[in-house]
Amino acid sequence: MTFINYASREINCKIVYYGPGLCGKTTNIQWIYEQANPEKKGKLVSLATETDRTLFFDFLPLDMGTVKGFKVRFHLYTVPGQVFYDASRKLILRGCDGIIFVADSQRARMEANIESIANLATNLKENGFDIRSIPYVLQLNKRDMPSAAPVTEMERLLRFRGEPMIEAVANQGTGVIETLKAAARQILMELQRS
Amino acid sequence: MAKLDLIMFEEEYKLLQEIIGRLAKDASAKVVFLVDKNGQQIAAAGDVKSIDATSLASLTAGNVAATDGLAKLIGEKEFSLLFHEGEKDNLHISIVGKRGILVVIFDQNSSLALVRLRVKKASKELQEIFDQVEQRAQKESDTGSRFESPFSEITDEDIDRLFGD
Ligand SMILES: Nc1nc2c(ncn2[C@@H]2O[C@H](COP(=O)(O)OP(=O)(O)O)[C@@H](O)[C@H]2O)c(=O)[nH]1
Ligand SMILES: [Mg+2]
Repeated sequence: MTFINYASREINCKIVYYGPGLCGKTTNIQWIYEQANPEKKGKLVSLATETDRTLFFDFLPLDMGTVKGFKVRFHLYTVPGQVFYDASRKLILRGCDGIIFVADSQRARMEANIESIANLATNLKENGFDIRSIPYVLQLNKRDMPSAAPVTEMERLLRFRGEPMIEAVANQGTGVIETLKAAARQILMELQRS
Repeated sequence: MAKLDLIMFEEEYKLLQEIIGRLAKDASAKVVFLVDKNGQQIAAAGDVKSIDATSLASLTAGNVAATDGLAKLIGEKEFSLLFHEGEKDNLHISIVGKRGILVVIFDQNSSLALVRLRVKKASKELQEIFDQVEQRAQKESDTGSRFESPFSEITDEDIDRLFGD
C-alpha cells in the first residue's frame, strides 16, 4: 500500500527484503545505510538477538529525492529468515509495495532458497497479494563464495516470472544499489498504472 | 490485488492535523502521533522535534502488529489499547478504525485517565475522516474513475535521477 500524501507531497513505499536465514538481507540494508548520504537516511533500527540474528525486523527509511514534485521515501524492511519466525514474517509483509528476494548462492542453501520462495508466496497471499504480480526482484547474493552454484542453475530453480535478476556480493556492496533500483523502478511504474 | 492505496488530500490532512493538535493540548500530552498500521507516519502534533518520528512510527506499527498476532493466538479480535509506563514518560497506543494508530506520549503533567478520555473523543473524529478517505478510494476503484495521477509519465530518467546518476 503506497501512501501518497497530497498535502505534504510525499510518496512512501515499503520494500521488504525476504529470503532464507543468513542469505544477506541485513547486510544489504546495512550497506545501503553506510553509504547513503547522511541527510537522506534515517536511523537504522535493528531488532536483533544477542548474536546479531534478526529477531523481528531491520528498518531503514531513505529519502530518495523527488519525482514529479513529490518527495519519494523508501522504507526498507528485512524479515527474520529462520523458519520458526514465520508469524513475524507475515506481519512485516503487511502493506508492502515490493519484494526483494535475496537468494544465497551457496549450493547447500538451494533448498532453503526454494522453500523460502514458497513461504513468501503463502505469506503474500495471506496479506492479499499475489507473488506473480507484486513488484519483485531476485538477487543472487554471495557470488564470491567458492561453493556458489552457477547462475544458469539458480535461474532455472528460482526465477519464475522474468523478474530482474541481479548478481551480488552484499558485504562488498556489489549489486546492492542495482537491486534496490530495480525494485524502485517496478514500484514507481506500478504507480502510474494504478 | 487487495491493495488499495491510501491517498490523502490536503483537506483531509488538515482535518486530521487539527484533531491531533487539539488532542495534544486537551490531554496535556508532550507529543501525539497518528501513524498507519503499515508503519508510516500520517500526522503529528506537540513537541515533535524531540523524537525520531520515523523510527517511532515503524516500531509502533511493529508493536501493534505483534500484539495483534498475540490477540489472535488467544482468540481475541484485537487489543485496542497498549500502555507502556516509563519512569518519566508514558506511551499510550490505541487503534483507530482499521488502519490508524494513535500514539500519545505524556508525563506527570497529565494522567492516564485524562489521556484516555481525550483519546476516546479524538478517535471518533479521526475515524470519520478515515471512513471518508476509504469510501472515496473504494468508489474510485469500483468505477475505475480515478483522478489524474501525477505519476502517469514517470520515465527511466526520473528513476535514474532518484539514484543520483
Ligand atoms: N562471502 C559473503 N558473505 C556475505 C555476503 N552477504 C552477506 N554475507 C555474510 O553472511 C552472514 C549473514 O548475513 P546477514 O545479512 O546477517 O543475513 P540475514 O539473515 O539474511 O539478515 C554475515 O556474516 C554476512 O557478513 C556475500 O555476498 N558474500
Ligand atoms: Mg537479518
